[in-house]
Amino acid sequence: MEKFSTLISTTIPLNISNVDTDQIIPARFLKATDKKGFGDNLFRDWRYDKQDHLIPDFALNNNKYSGSILVAGDNFGCGSSREHAAWALVGYGFKVIISSFFADIFKGNALNNGLLPIQVSEKILEELFTAINNNAKVQFEINLETQTLTVLDTQIETTFDIDPYKKTCLINGYDDIDYLLSKKDKIEAFELQKTHSL
Amino acid sequence: MKKTLFDKVWDAHVVDTIENGPQILYIDKHLIHEVTSPQAFSELENRNIPIFRPNQIVATADHNTPTQNQHLPVRDDLSRHQLQQLAKNCKKNNITLYELGHKYNGIVHVMAPELGITQPGMTMVCGDSHTSTHGAFGTIAFGIGTSQVAQVFASQCLLLTKPKSLRVTVNGILKKGVLPKDVILYIISKLGTNSGTGYFCEYAGDVFENMSMEGRMTVCNMSIEMGARGGMIAPDETTFEYIKGREFAPKGKDFENKVAYWKTLPTDEGATFDKEYVFDAEDIEPMITYGTNPGMGIKISENIPNSENESDKKSLAYMNFSEGESLIGKPINYVFIGSCTNSRIEDFRVAADYIKGKHKAKNVTAWLVPGSRQVEAQIVEEGLKDIFESAGFELRQPGCSACLAMNDDKIPQGEYCVSTSNRNFEGRQGQGSRTILASPLVAAATAVEGTIIDISKQLA
Ligand code: SF4
Repeated sequence: MEKFSTLISTTIPLNISNVDTDQIIPARFLKATDKKGFGDNLFRDWRYDKQDHLIPDFALNNNKYSGSILVAGDNFGCGSSREHAAWALVGYGFKVIISSFFADIFKGNALNNGLLPIQVSEKILEELFTAINNNAKVQFEINLETQTLTVLDTQIETTFDIDPYKKTCLINGYDDIDYLLSKKDKIEAFELQKTHSL
Repeated sequence: MKKTLFDKVWDAHVVDTIENGPQILYIDKHLIHEVTSPQAFSELENRNIPIFRPNQIVATADHNTPTQNQHLPVRDDLSRHQLQQLAKNCKKNNITLYELGHKYNGIVHVMAPELGITQPGMTMVCGDSHTSTHGAFGTIAFGIGTSQVAQVFASQCLLLTKPKSLRVTVNGILKKGVLPKDVILYIISKLGTNSGTGYFCEYAGDVFENMSMEGRMTVCNMSIEMGARGGMIAPDETTFEYIKGREFAPKGKDFENKVAYWKTLPTDEGATFDKEYVFDAEDIEPMITYGTNPGMGIKISENIPNSENESDKKSLAYMNFSEGESLIGKPINYVFIGSCTNSRIEDFRVAADYIKGKHKAKNVTAWLVPGSRQVEAQIVEEGLKDIFESAGFELRQPGCSACLAMNDDKIPQGEYCVSTSNRNFEGRQGQGSRTILASPLVAAATAVEGTIIDISKQLA
């Protein structure tokens, strides 16, 4: 996994709540057996019409916006557990997603792929959308070490929470497999003393 | 300390706790399927890590399989390749696979309980969010991403922070025609799609105690639709009776010992939950959804409420419905009875009971897709197949089918489908399709009438 420390980038706003993983990557694109290429089909049915023409109004197609930070509405990533959603976002080039709420499984999947989900209050989220609305080229600075999100050239600065273990993983580029394998002895001992449920 | 059902099962599986961090949770059973496993197999292979406990893994092919001519090679190249990849991976790693055509093949959340693989007090995972289904047995069961599938492959464990606990109690007696599907659609319509995020939910009260295992599975299945990681129902005589004698269920003395342990699992009197909701069975009526998330549900007899925000408006526009409108009388051209929510034998009995002696409306294409080969066989054995076929319904072969439309079973652009599945997301059943979630009874009635009807009036 790639290491994450700080990021300064412009943003792409997607002010829609309850964006489910079926929208992020529709099921018909789940037939691949590797992790590559999903970025091309990110938000497929919102980005392209039936004839495969770009829908110009959609934020990702709007030339005004660019960058590796997606600012999304409430309850982002609900629905299916497909990790393909995280692969599609990473494949497209996103490194950070900001929302006022993330669905559980999506949040875990994102973290496992070096994609940082930042949860902010609904009030702050609104301020972020307003800031982007006022200036599409506004830059956000994310510092994982200090857990801060700053909107450059504005008054907006906020801190965010992250599980300390996950933070260490992201900063060092480790993943859970490395950690679990280091605990193999404990796991085997547990199996031996476990009597009931198997 | 007084413990909840969830606490008891969770605590019994904690291998270790990281200071200020997650816990290592041991996983008893790992279910896999073709769509979310290949990248996990490659991950391990690339890192040269063996599969730690292959005999605790069971595989099936379900998401990407055709529901016709299953004896022939799968036509779609990508789908066929994905299925072959699963077979190859299982063979190489000594994992039991019930592949297409096997008598135990079926949707992962239908075949595992049916075979007695799912048992109370276990921890179970699968790379599929509806793994919550298995919670009906008093099992901690939840969906995971592919990275986590790889973690379980490597260590039979996951790193997790213990979720908070939530209890939904429904007391009283359900009205005639109100099915488990209506109960869960009602609960989600009241609580919304993210009220359960960060929680594991226990369903308690008369309604669930009186429910069959099939019904309990329908309820727990949709826990994820209110954001909860999983749902659970305390194991009781109904549970033990269901498990007894199944293929992989413990036998004889072993079974008795297990039952004695399972009986210790229900929540202790006086244990506390982080959040509680209580509903009254009398308030529940046959339900239907009108929007593009499962929380957008109403009683069939109600009108569509006013939109609260832009997302609601967008949703109504997608469905081509308006605020204040009633869905009764809406012409419907597609009906789907299937998916891991409602494709068990009981669901088909309910449908057949209604359909018997009637015929589907001309405008309707009605697909019935059993959850497993065993359910399919039972449909034939009980004579339901004849009822369906003489009523003009199409009985297909088992699989996920139009629930996610990865195979050819797609609802065309702009068409409405009254569906017994669990998600009414935009395009879920095919690009541009419009899904209306309902119980198998409401689905059957819609197919017969060709429009949505107020089923409660007909039953009264
Ligand atoms: S039937 Fe639908 S919800 Fe269930 S496992 Fe298959 S795709 Fe998922």
